[in-house]
Amino acid sequence: MSDAIPEFSKSKSGDGQDVSLSNLSAFASGPGIKSGKEVAAILAVAVIIIGGIELALRLFHVPLYIMPPPSSIGYALFDEFPLIAPHLGYTLVELVSGFAIGAVIGLVLSAVITQFPFAEKIVAPYILLLVTTPMLALVPLLILRFGFGYTPRIIAVALAAGPMVMINAATGFRRVDSAKIALARSYGASTLQIFWKIRAPMALPMILVGLMIGAIFGLLTAVGAEMVGGGFGLGNRLTTYSSMIQMPQFFAVVLILSMLGILIYVLFFLIGKKWASWEA
Amino acid sequence: MNAGEATTPKLGVQAATKIYHTASGDLLALDRCSLDVRANEIVSIVGPSGCGKTTLLWSMSGLHSLTSGEIRLDGKAITGPHPDIGIVFQEANLLPWRNLDANIRFPFEIKGEKPDRAWIAHLLNRVGLDGFGGKFPRELSGGMQQRAAIVRALALKPSVLLMDEPFGALDSFTREEMNRLVEEIWLDTKTTIVFITHSIEEAIFLSDRVVVLSARPGKVAKEYRVPFARPRSLEIMATKEVFDLTNRIKMDIVGERTRPKAPERPSAEIVRIRP
Repeated sequence: MSDAIPEFSKSKSGDGQDVSLSNLSAFASGPGIKSGKEVAAILAVAVIIIGGIELALRLFHVPLYIMPPPSSIGYALFDEFPLIAPHLGYTLVELVSGFAIGAVIGLVLSAVITQFPFAEKIVAPYILLLVTTPMLALVPLLILRFGFGYTPRIIAVALAAGPMVMINAATGFRRVDSAKIALARSYGASTLQIFWKIRAPMALPMILVGLMIGAIFGLLTAVGAEMVGGGFGLGNRLTTYSSMIQMPQFFAVVLILSMLGILIYVLFFLIGKKWASWEA
Repeated sequence: MNAGEATTPKLGVQAATKIYHTASGDLLALDRCSLDVRANEIVSIVGPSGCGKTTLLWSMSGLHSLTSGEIRLDGKAITGPHPDIGIVFQEANLLPWRNLDANIRFPFEIKGEKPDRAWIAHLLNRVGLDGFGGKFPRELSGGMQQRAAIVRALALKPSVLLMDEPFGALDSFTREEMNRLVEEIWLDTKTTIVFITHSIEEAIFLSDRVVVLSARPGKVAKEYRVPFARPRSLEIMATKEVFDLTNRIKMDIVGERTRPKAPERPSAEIVRIRP
């Protein structure tokens, strides 16, 4: 038996790797829930900025094809939405299915690989390569191989999201707290029990961070892939509207994409608040 | 206490030797350390830092295996974690993602048993944590966290409770409170307790016997009986007897600390291994 010398770090467990979902946010600070005053101030700033842009564009007679005023973007969003909605649906299908595939593979791989420190060291540079390679670059190749349907896009999204989930989840699974594992072992816990009752909950905050980053990268890749080829999806709308110089419609799609990104963020933020708030 | 020396000890440590194999060489942490703990006894182990107190306790708990020697519970050798032994760790060691109730349920979940609700309610009441079940560890003071940890350790009704410097991180008033609590619990359950501490006062207040371990490698250097009847009051801590005993133990530990160590053995501070 090669036991490690019992050691308790003087600081709290998992020191130096503490994660807080709110760190990633420019919006949510402190307890996350905003007071009425803060909300009012944020809305006021929005009104001032949007109103200012509107006013400036009209005042200087900026042509529509250079920069449409916010009011026309709002109108286009309202007017064209029935035409844009199906494309939003296509993009969501690609995003959700690609993300699900990538996240599941990433999670399983990270859980397995962190059990074998040696294997982890060997694999690490390749994972890094996967994380840093913009998977968008592979889309032309994927289209060549799989055609213009959903398949190449879903693969690209999975390839973009998976490594992000994996590298963050692995950081989570690596946060071993020997005292907590000893606690479980003192009751005769099996390796599987230690994984589900100690390691997994400890990794959860990092897993959520990974899922969030993975989803955002997935959205990015989905839209990019749609711009490369195939006649559907929000990315395709962007290229179509810009080629037709329909700038209000173009910006309406951009607005939808921003909302989608914020929705992803808020979703994971709320999940984190509910399930991983013990860490913050 | 008066059960007689001849009966089987509750917990018998026989020539326990533990060598850690580390990157910077082997480390002899315990060297033929022998110690008997009788049933219903409270024994404190004190000694200089890094003398192997925690190693000894973890070996008693079955979490660590010995290099040689044996630890027997009721005469039977311990080969791994044993359901009849409860542990209270340094710094409560509660699971921060679980509320108090769920933390106390943890041992039952691992065992696949139904929680003994009446017993848990009794324990929570005993340590003054009624109504705190829904709170998360971060919402509780250090003392309350450690109370919860004691409840968790006693939840499965172990006959031996091992306490590894449980109150080291608490302020001295909270610590005295916790010491009285441990005594109350002992009066209630008569659980055999092995208590590791840095505080000689704490050791004297709580124990029937105080065992002084030598500097590394750890072995039993001295042993003192503490004759006061229970329940003990804090007043006894001001008596000359306690004062003298405290000083003798202190001198033992200081003597151990300044005893020249074998030069080839790295100090505890240098050898720190990550699991």
